[in-house]
Amino acid sequence: MCLSVPARVVSVSGDMAEVSVGGAIFSAGLQMVENVGVGDYVLLHAGFAIEKLNEEDALETLRLLKEIDDTMAE
Amino acid sequence: MKYVDEFRERKLIMNLADQIRRSVTGEYTFMEVCGGHTAAIHRFGIPSLLPPGIRLISGPGCPVCVTAETYIDELIALSFISGVAVATFGDLMRIPGTAGSLSEARAEGADIRVVLSAYEALEIARSDHDLRVVFAAIGFETTAPGTAVTVLKADAEGRENFFILNAHKVMPPAMEEIIKGGSQIDGFICPGHVSVITGSSAFEFIPRKYKLASVITGFEPTDILSSILMLIRQVNNHNPAVEIQYNRAVTRTGNIKAQAYMNEAFEPCDAGWRGLGVIAAGGLRMRDKYKSFDAGASFNIEVAHNETETACICGDILRGIRTPDECILFASACTPHHPSGACMVSDEGACNTWYKYHLHE
Repeated sequence: MCLSVPARVVSVSGDMAEVSVGGAIFSAGLQMVENVGVGDYVLLHAGFAIEKLNEEDALETLRLLKEIDDTMAE
Repeated sequence: MKYVDEFRERKLIMNLADQIRRSVTGEYTFMEVCGGHTAAIHRFGIPSLLPPGIRLISGPGCPVCVTAETYIDELIALSFISGVAVATFGDLMRIPGTAGSLSEARAEGADIRVVLSAYEALEIARSDHDLRVVFAAIGFETTAPGTAVTVLKADAEGRENFFILNAHKVMPPAMEEIIKGGSQIDGFICPGHVSVITGSSAFEFIPRKYKLASVITGFEPTDILSSILMLIRQVNNHNPAVEIQYNRAVTRTGNIKAQAYMNEAFEPCDAGWRGLGVIAAGGLRMRDKYKSFDAGASFNIEVAHNETETACICGDILRGIRTPDECILFASACTPHHPSGACMVSDEGACNTWYKYHLHE
């Protein structure tokens, strides 16, 4: 129950959304997040979106990981 | 899947493992506090990628595991009251109380329903006005805001047949208790999703007061290995701090809206943690203005407060003092099918994880 998973927002209706976790559809309360629209990724936890995932930061993390990769290759 | 697959790339994982091997200069013990991390670490085989000097131990961050046996007893007592239904997350169903589990109570005819969220429990109450629905509200800072949102909704619509039996807990005081209890650790793999809500600032007392390394960590293999590397560097450089590895989800201040919901419905209180005892300010209680939703205050239930005597060492495991294979019940009298202790039941429990991934080594 205490696991949170990345989920893609499929539709929004008021303060509720339908989200997809690898194709499985769940409902998610949006009360704790702001400016969430279709196509955004949120962390789904026990029926609520607890945060919107930050794409820029995710890409930055991956860029840093690949930098290690490049250093190792040298 | 986006935000998952790219963080599982084999080449990145192997390079991180290599970096870790090159950075190690001695012995290190790190505690992963969150049960989700315990499950991920073993599922992805992280220990097999680490050099012998690094030891990872599990902490008290599986909400089901730290729930008191008497809480289960209270839910069972409620579920047998005529016209009452208990709504619970699935992983509480098989946790042993002092006299059986919710699963056994349901087999005997009690009205117990499995839900995925507090909100689903409220919907049951909305659909049947004659039924009094009690939601089993357990979990840490990740789950408590959802309970709060639901209680506030129930309040706004004047609902009189929805209640919660509250056992919400908060993580930082439990981590302090672990440190004070003498667990020998060099640093914490700090909980990722609790931090989404609280922000990394909730853990800053750890390096400041106790000089221990701390990294807020995500749940994919590159996240976990990156964090271990960051922890090693903090230890090597004698520079303990709270770093955020999981920055795609966590900020220093956390989710302010979620915190506001939580603070509206709840206030801090001392709370009993299974295996750890009573922790000062380790839990949340309903504020007086929402007392009418508190099943503890609304129903007259009394259960005996005798903890059962068994050889189960869940308490020591939750404090990181012993590992599951040191328990004489492990994999003999205690298995996922016939659990003696809570750590064997939950998918996030240390014993369950060990049973699944290490039994045949």
